[in-house]
Amino acid sequence: MKKQAVVINPNDNVATVVDDFPVNTIIHFYIGQSEHSLQLLQDIPLGHKVAIQEIKSGEAILKYAEPIGVATELIRPGQHVHVHNLESQRGRKDK
Amino acid sequence: MEILGYRRPDGKVGIRNHILIIPTSVCSSTVASNIANQVPEAVALPNQHGCCQIGADHVQTVRTLVGFGKNPNVAAVLVIGLGCEGIPIRETAAEIEGSGKHVEVVVIQESGGTLKAEAEGLRKVSELVRKVAHLQPEKVDLSELSLAIECGGSDFTSGLASNPAVGKAADLLVAAGGNVILSETTEFIGAEHVLAGRAKSQEVAEKLFKIVNDCEARAKYLNIDIRDGQPTPGNIAGGISSIEEKSLGCIYKAGHAPIQDVLEYGEIPIGKGLYIMDTPGQDIESITGMLAGGATVVLFTTGRGTPTGSPIAPVIKITANKRTYTMMEDNIDLDASSIISGEETIEEVGHRIFAEIIAVANGRRTKAESLGYKEFGIYKIGSTY
Repeated sequence: MKKQAVVINPNDNVATVVDDFPVNTIIHFYIGQSEHSLQLLQDIPLGHKVAIQEIKSGEAILKYAEPIGVATELIRPGQHVHVHNLESQRGRKDK
Repeated sequence: MEILGYRRPDGKVGIRNHILIIPTSVCSSTVASNIANQVPEAVALPNQHGCCQIGADHVQTVRTLVGFGKNPNVAAVLVIGLGCEGIPIRETAAEIEGSGKHVEVVVIQESGGTLKAEAEGLRKVSELVRKVAHLQPEKVDLSELSLAIECGGSDFTSGLASNPAVGKAADLLVAAGGNVILSETTEFIGAEHVLAGRAKSQEVAEKLFKIVNDCEARAKYLNIDIRDGQPTPGNIAGGISSIEEKSLGCIYKAGHAPIQDVLEYGEIPIGKGLYIMDTPGQDIESITGMLAGGATVVLFTTGRGTPTGSPIAPVIKITANKRTYTMMEDNIDLDASSIISGEETIEEVGHRIFAEIIAVANGRRTKAESLGYKEFGIYKIGSTY
């Protein structure tokens, strides 16, 4: 299987794609040792993140098994996860 | 393992043999560079500060200039001042001289203006060339090496591949008894608990939490949002969505060794092993701090591509982004994209990076050296008055 996305830690709810992929592509990746596949709901550019689980608004987005921000809306598996739907929780003047 | 190095009078070892011209203030930077331009063995610091600084900001600027003078990659020093700046010219020179190096001083207002100061400086630098340019490197143990680790223009490949590979090389150097410095406090935000778990003691862990809290508090005090500057537009285009994500990728550079201590900006570590230094995330100011702290070689990972070098130390550039390596091969020393394509493991590339450090220590020029990149920037921590 050619790896098209990387899940760094099995606890992560996002994968990082290693090429530019258009909407509807079925990508293949590993979570730990097990193979998985997922149909993209949006274009995902090289190096960007795609949700591999449903992430509810207000839930932590996990990469490296650590929170990298909070979802600002419901994110479905296959959707692009980036600054439009992920909010950083650190270094903020309002918190 | 042995490398080639220059043993300095204080016992420390450098891997380059520069004659450094240090302008104590921005007002003497032009004369400093005019002199350096006439002597191939000499290099001048482009100092933009040095006057009308007070308190901790003044102290930090002095510490940085003295640290550069003491850096073991420097064989001899000319300190050049205007004469009326806040940085004490002769005290700065004397402190560098404490390391046993040849140090000369020129004061522009005492020499009688620019042309006379340049003539006096040129004569003094020529004397320094005769004293140190002939020095030959000797075989020294690898543990004498002090490595600064930096990342700049990060993208998704940094946290995934190039930073963990640099972490492997850092682990190899710590295992060999050398020094490694990790910096960029801004890029510990969101990852500090992971690093703190590796601190040698509770006291060191608390120091680490404190520098990160202080970094966030400074932004809050100014009513600004770190999100406005971090991640950078290039980071975001490259797939990084938050400072937490950037930080968690950034800290992989430090490998797995225990953290011995947290250093102030430009502070020279006393022992061996892995240290953290409190610097900003801005690459030039971060590298400047680590070199003032005695680092003699820099590993620099990049995703987007960056040309940065240093006046006194080789900077080895690494990317795991194939497109970036192809586009910026002029600037980047090592291609680590084989990790992303699955052709090499992180461990294998880590060993390749380690071999490159040895080759550069033994004299191989980095691309930043051969292109003449000499960035230098002191981290200011207070207003100028």
